[in-house]
Amino acid sequence: MTLTVSMTVNGKAVSRDVEPRTLLVHLLREHLGLTGTHVGCDTSQCGACVVHVDGRSVKSCTMLAAQADGASVTTIEGLAAADGTLHPMQEAFRNNHGLQCGFCTPGMVMSAVDLVRTNPDPSEHEVRTWLEGNICRCTGYHNIVKAVLEAARTMRQPAAAE
Amino acid sequence: MYAFDYTRPASVADAVAALRSAEDGKLLAGGMTLLATMKQRLAQPSHLIDLRAVPGLSGIARDGATLTIGATTTHAAVADSGEVRAAIPALAHLASQIGDAQVRNCGTIGGSVANDDPTADYPAAVLGLGATVVTDRRRIAADDYFQGLFETALEEDEVITAVSFPVPARAGYAKFPNPASRYAVVGVFVAAVGGAVRVAVTGAGQSGVFRVAAMEQALAASFTPEAIADIAVPAGGLNGDIHASAEYRAHLVGVMARRAVAAAIG
Repeated sequence: MTLTVSMTVNGKAVSRDVEPRTLLVHLLREHLGLTGTHVGCDTSQCGACVVHVDGRSVKSCTMLAAQADGASVTTIEGLAAADGTLHPMQEAFRNNHGLQCGFCTPGMVMSAVDLVRTNPDPSEHEVRTWLEGNICRCTGYHNIVKAVLEAARTMRQPAAAE
Repeated sequence: MYAFDYTRPASVADAVAALRSAEDGKLLAGGMTLLATMKQRLAQPSHLIDLRAVPGLSGIARDGATLTIGATTTHAAVADSGEVRAAIPALAHLASQIGDAQVRNCGTIGGSVANDDPTADYPAAVLGLGATVVTDRRRIAADDYFQGLFETALEEDEVITAVSFPVPARAGYAKFPNPASRYAVVGVFVAAVGGAVRVAVTGAGQSGVFRVAAMEQALAASFTPEAIADIAVPAGGLNGDIHASAEYRAHLVGVMARRAVAAAIG
């Protein structure tokens, strides 16, 4: 059985024929070449595959491409502005060295953006609790948390960050 | 994952028809358990019937003393709902403690209740509040619904459409989560509802969620943590695994029950 799925990915309309068992992450990586979204564990534990579907963070290794049919999907490739200006969350990860090997980083960034959407002024504890579903096997959490807190400040006061 | 066929019915009646005609059909809601199980090849349904496009299955509504939550309402929607927080704050708290943020954005109350995992959170609330599971054809009382490990009163072709909760005088939920999976090693839901007290335990029982009559009687006389301080739950019939022995779980039932009561009166 083959399905045609259509969705908006990073603002662009796409349509592909896939098997029902094709996961969203495989559609993104293998059919669309968007390899910024990673597969770490394939068991919904690690969060390296987090993308936004209709504005909410989900684990794309545990969603069928068919389930995202008609949705608007944003991946790490779609976060920066068209002119290459990094999203405040990406900028904060860079400022704070919120990464070591970088494998978990796309998922961390996408998850953290969703946190700030739902909670614009998170405490350190709330950041750590929210990142429950994102695992950094370099154990680089300290700077990741610092980065998320800084980005939340920047995103609350965009003008003051200039 | 093995290959399967996929359909997205537009009504509950079409979903029932698809279940009936499929060789081994499974309903797909959030997929947080089903897809993981299929990837591990522990389940091999021939058809997935995606409920996403069925209108009217999602949403939260209060009608007097009843709070009804549609089957495909996500854990995040329940946790963030002002309606739920006002009517049954313990239920919003429970939903906020499930899995992680991404799981809560996809996982649904109907999926959790239909799957009846013995360590899932929602069965404790459904049984602890004496809720009603509403399906395409009938209303099932919580006391009749849960029938063992992953076993419920649902027929093979039955579809949960909503869960109706009575609004309690007070209620509380406390769980000791597995630090990796966030499933309940032990979770206890207590409620003073409809003139009675109910205590439901998830995570611990070999046959799934269960009530603790001795605690219910003691709390009916005095709804305080002290009232159940001396009630020991026997370890017989409780799960023992690498995470916790049956004896440790029995101990945790007492601790979590007292914390749940404290949360309910706090």
